[in-house]
Amino acid sequence: MEPMKEVAAARNRWKEELGRNKTVSRAATSWGHELDVVYGPDDLDHIDYVRDIGFPGMFPFTRGVHPSMYRGRLWTMRQYAGFGTPEETNSHFKYLLEQGQMGLSVAFDLPTQIGYDSDDPLVEDEVGRVGVAVDSLRDMELIFEGIPLGAITTSFTINPTAAIILAMYLAVGEKQGVSPERIGGTLQNDILKEYMARGTQIFPLRPSLRLTGDIVEYCTGLVPRMNTISICGYHMREAGCGLVNEVVYCLLDAMVYVEEALKRGIPIDRFAPRLSFLLGCGMNLFEEVAKFRATRRLWSKILKERFGAKNSQSMKFRVFSGSLGSVFAAQEPLNNIVRGTLETLVAVMAGCQSIHTTSFDEAYDLPTEQSVQIALRTQQIIAYETDAASVADPMGGSYFLEYLTGKIEKEVEREMARIEEKGGLLKALEEGAIQRDIARQAFEAEQKIQSGEKVLVGVNRFVSGQKPYEGVLHQAGGGVLEKQLTRLKQVKAQRNNDRVRRALEAVRTAACQETNLMAPILSAVREYATVGEICATLKGVFGQYREVGF
Amino acid sequence: MEAGKRKIRVLLAKPGLDGHDRGAKVVGMLLRNAGMEVVYTGLRQSIDQIVTAAVQEDVDVIALSILSGVHISLCRKLLTKLEENRMRELPVIVGGVIPPKDIEALKAMGVAEVFPVHSTFDQILGFFKERFDTVPATP
Repeated sequence: MEPMKEVAAARNRWKEELGRNKTVSRAATSWGHELDVVYGPDDLDHIDYVRDIGFPGMFPFTRGVHPSMYRGRLWTMRQYAGFGTPEETNSHFKYLLEQGQMGLSVAFDLPTQIGYDSDDPLVEDEVGRVGVAVDSLRDMELIFEGIPLGAITTSFTINPTAAIILAMYLAVGEKQGVSPERIGGTLQNDILKEYMARGTQIFPLRPSLRLTGDIVEYCTGLVPRMNTISICGYHMREAGCGLVNEVVYCLLDAMVYVEEALKRGIPIDRFAPRLSFLLGCGMNLFEEVAKFRATRRLWSKILKERFGAKNSQSMKFRVFSGSLGSVFAAQEPLNNIVRGTLETLVAVMAGCQSIHTTSFDEAYDLPTEQSVQIALRTQQIIAYETDAASVADPMGGSYFLEYLTGKIEKEVEREMARIEEKGGLLKALEEGAIQRDIARQAFEAEQKIQSGEKVLVGVNRFVSGQKPYEGVLHQAGGGVLEKQLTRLKQVKAQRNNDRVRRALEAVRTAACQETNLMAPILSAVREYATVGEICATLKGVFGQYREVGF
Repeated sequence: MEAGKRKIRVLLAKPGLDGHDRGAKVVGMLLRNAGMEVVYTGLRQSIDQIVTAAVQEDVDVIALSILSGVHISLCRKLLTKLEENRMRELPVIVGGVIPPKDIEALKAMGVAEVFPVHSTFDQILGFFKERFDTVPATP
């Protein structure tokens, strides 16, 4: 290492040279921290390589969560997509499995996510629209018809109704003769971010946390291969919060869940290895890669120092990254292919475990087959035509990157401490402080675009005056509602309604006590009780969430 | 704003099940900064709830935020309900994820104006200025 005195002297000589430039433009990070013109070893003087950066797969995991990173296994290319009917979903899954994909991802329609059956008059426009409609176990059986649950893993983007969907998946496994300990996958099951940004919450905060804890407790014992929560920062970021806050909210949420599990006496090292994460990837290459590195470092320290984890598996911030659609433009949408490429490159350079590339027509509708294919090809081209995946943490050692990694870590720590001093995350959420803060940041971000301070090419700069996009858009499939209504009627007619009634009563009783809800929900699901019926039962005990005023 | 003239009252509504409220909140803040009274319904409003709120809050405009692709059917239902309640004069504007081909269809149905993604602040405020003949304060 160059003696710092010499570096400092050289920097001073450089500063003099720089001073002779008439104009040196200003640059700042997205959170407003002024950037120097160049970074060097003198900016990293305080860094100890082994302590702060280390090697991949080793504490503090700055350089990645696995020792071999992509040389051991490439990231999973997991494109989130939804299909209307369970039969269509089943065909699509079979096609994907034939193509060699081993991980399935299920997107559910909004009624299923929010606890309504397809025959609820409130939801008729939404049945099967943004994902598959699931009302009862029958639908889940159809989705996985002919697909061996013991040979695949499935990711479920489901939150307040996660317990019901998990129960259905387990019940399908039972019918296939696959025992729960062979069932693997991921449940999103991150209810806190729903209140902050995503909006599918049903029950008030505290009972929802209890339900989450029930799932973690149940799976830790009986479904050990299930990743129980995918703790998200991504949605708050898309809702408008900045890069630093994305990490802050994600980690604070994670700590609430950890505490919920610890409260039940589950040792940290038993459940923490099954927590996973979801962050966005934006276009500021260096900030974003630094964000992931800083977050890995922060999480591992939190688990080790705050929660006393001993197992290094507990300390790994395994992350799925979705490329941010909120920075895409409606004007000149083909430019979004470029944006998606940059964001995907970020996720790869940052060492994410799985990646979703947002399609270019995001501003208009759900993606078409063509736009999804381009998104997938983006990942494949980066994987196989570039050297981005050749070594672990390829940007590590960049003076700028290591500087930013340290800076972000400090900013996140400071903001987390501020929220904790004010009473913690749950209090801030109950009071609406977090929601207001996200909205404020969203407004400020929009002001900057409207004023031109933040450039959006094709929108507020280099505007071509092109006609609005006239390309092919997604066509919603017809007949989904009718099919679901017919099936739902059949299921209700064929099941034993007495047993359903008793099973729902058992769910209600468990909800009123402190007993784990998973077992009674599983019993109800086996009797073909519906999503709506189980949720109505829980609502009867827990009540409904009342949104804080805006 | 002229002295004595009451503030424009806007009902900002999220109909249907879609939970994405970033756009609604940004527009809400824009309108408030411009001197209007904004009543935000929150998420998951039925058409009936929106119409009831419009009456109870005595609003001048109903502003819908829709991102889940159900804009055609929801607007049709709302406009029909307003017609049934003899509230057809009340302008309805829609913002969100609206494909260009649907904009004309919505207007033909009776939607007063459509503000797809990245409509400008000026365009949105311009609607109110034209409609209500006031000059909103610059946000």
